[in-house]
Amino acid sequence: MDISGHQHDLITARDAGMVACTSCGLVASPDVESCPRCHARMQSRIDGSIQRVLAWLLAGLILYVPANIYPMLRTTQMFKEQDSTIVGGVITLIHHHAYAIGAIIFIASVLIPVGKFIVIAYLAVLLSRPHTKDPHRLHILHAAVEFIGRWSMIDVFVVAILVALVQFDVLASIKPGLAAACFALSVVFTMLSAQAFDPRLIWDVTDKGTPK
Amino acid sequence: MIYDPTCIACPHCDVVYRLSAARMVTRTRCLRCGYQLTLGKSEAIARVVGLALTSTILMGIVLFAPFLYLNAGPFDSSASVVDVVLGFATGIMVPLSLAVLIFIIVVPVARSLLLIYALAPLLAGHANATGAATALRWAFVLKPWAMAEIFMVGVAVALVKIGGMATVHTGTAFWAFVLLVVVNTFQDTFMCRNTLWTSLATNTT
Repeated sequence: MDISGHQHDLITARDAGMVACTSCGLVASPDVESCPRCHARMQSRIDGSIQRVLAWLLAGLILYVPANIYPMLRTTQMFKEQDSTIVGGVITLIHHHAYAIGAIIFIASVLIPVGKFIVIAYLAVLLSRPHTKDPHRLHILHAAVEFIGRWSMIDVFVVAILVALVQFDVLASIKPGLAAACFALSVVFTMLSAQAFDPRLIWDVTDKGTPK
Repeated sequence: MIYDPTCIACPHCDVVYRLSAARMVTRTRCLRCGYQLTLGKSEAIARVVGLALTSTILMGIVLFAPFLYLNAGPFDSSASVVDVVLGFATGIMVPLSLAVLIFIIVVPVARSLLLIYALAPLLAGHANATGAATALRWAFVLKPWAMAEIFMVGVAVALVKIGGMATVHTGTAFWAFVLLVVVNTFQDTFMCRNTLWTSLATNTT
């Protein structure tokens, strides 16, 4: 297929009786286990992709609960201890009129993770049964989730920097809370969930003649 | 086992294409899903290796120079990137320290070294190093786990948060890290999978 071919000429590697490497793009005959060019494992469609996606997603979702209940930071200022959770930290920032920073933390720590849980669960449930959704839209959703997920780590790094810098004995000191670890793990698990997703599943529907 | 290096498939939607020699050096998108099959950068290998070397050297500066200085009344403190990484290093938070270390230092450096190992022999006109293909594949796999740019946004947020209670000055390592993020972003625009894999596979010297 030359790249100048028309859209209706498009043929998938699977329909051509071949297997494509998702790592380097090479097309090979289906009897090979690993890619002859980059040695990655070759699978026409990733085995049990949706199950893996759901397993990692569940792990991430479970850890997101303690990440919001336990304190992210423990600030000691003039012998007074103060704990702040993720949402509590955002509220404090808004009280101090730091709206932009409050918005960054809120987007990175609340909107992106929650949005990711919803989008991944939606895609996984939708693709495990016949559907009539436009694959282009689903593909954009998946690409967005994979691209944006890692940015949730911002809050973990903020905590790390504050803990390292603010160490003034009795005047002020900051210690990390349990939520920082739970949140970091939750982000890692949802990143693995998005990576376990095989985007080729989105396009298989149209190949079977299901209307777009 | 037969295969044709000009015949590639879109990793996102499985559509097969035969790329002509002219297509190898221009930007090509998948006709169905829009995935960028080739980035169309000439001299991609020379630039990737050069930028990987630059970023390794910059990381050396980042590690051994002061990152931020903080001043609050009679108290002074300074933190290097290593201090930031070790910030969690007590009790059950140790794994988190290791994770931060991996995301902001180990993975970025590992990616640079893997790219140099896999691609530098091509530039020098030597045969591929042992395991060059595995090294290049891992350089791509590790990409989402290199979080230097996210760390810099975190630094910006932390500076504003501290701003009220102390005066903060930036150190040499801070600016080296900014430069590192720029270099890595620039490098990613040259990381054309098709060009790199084709060059590696056709190196017959």
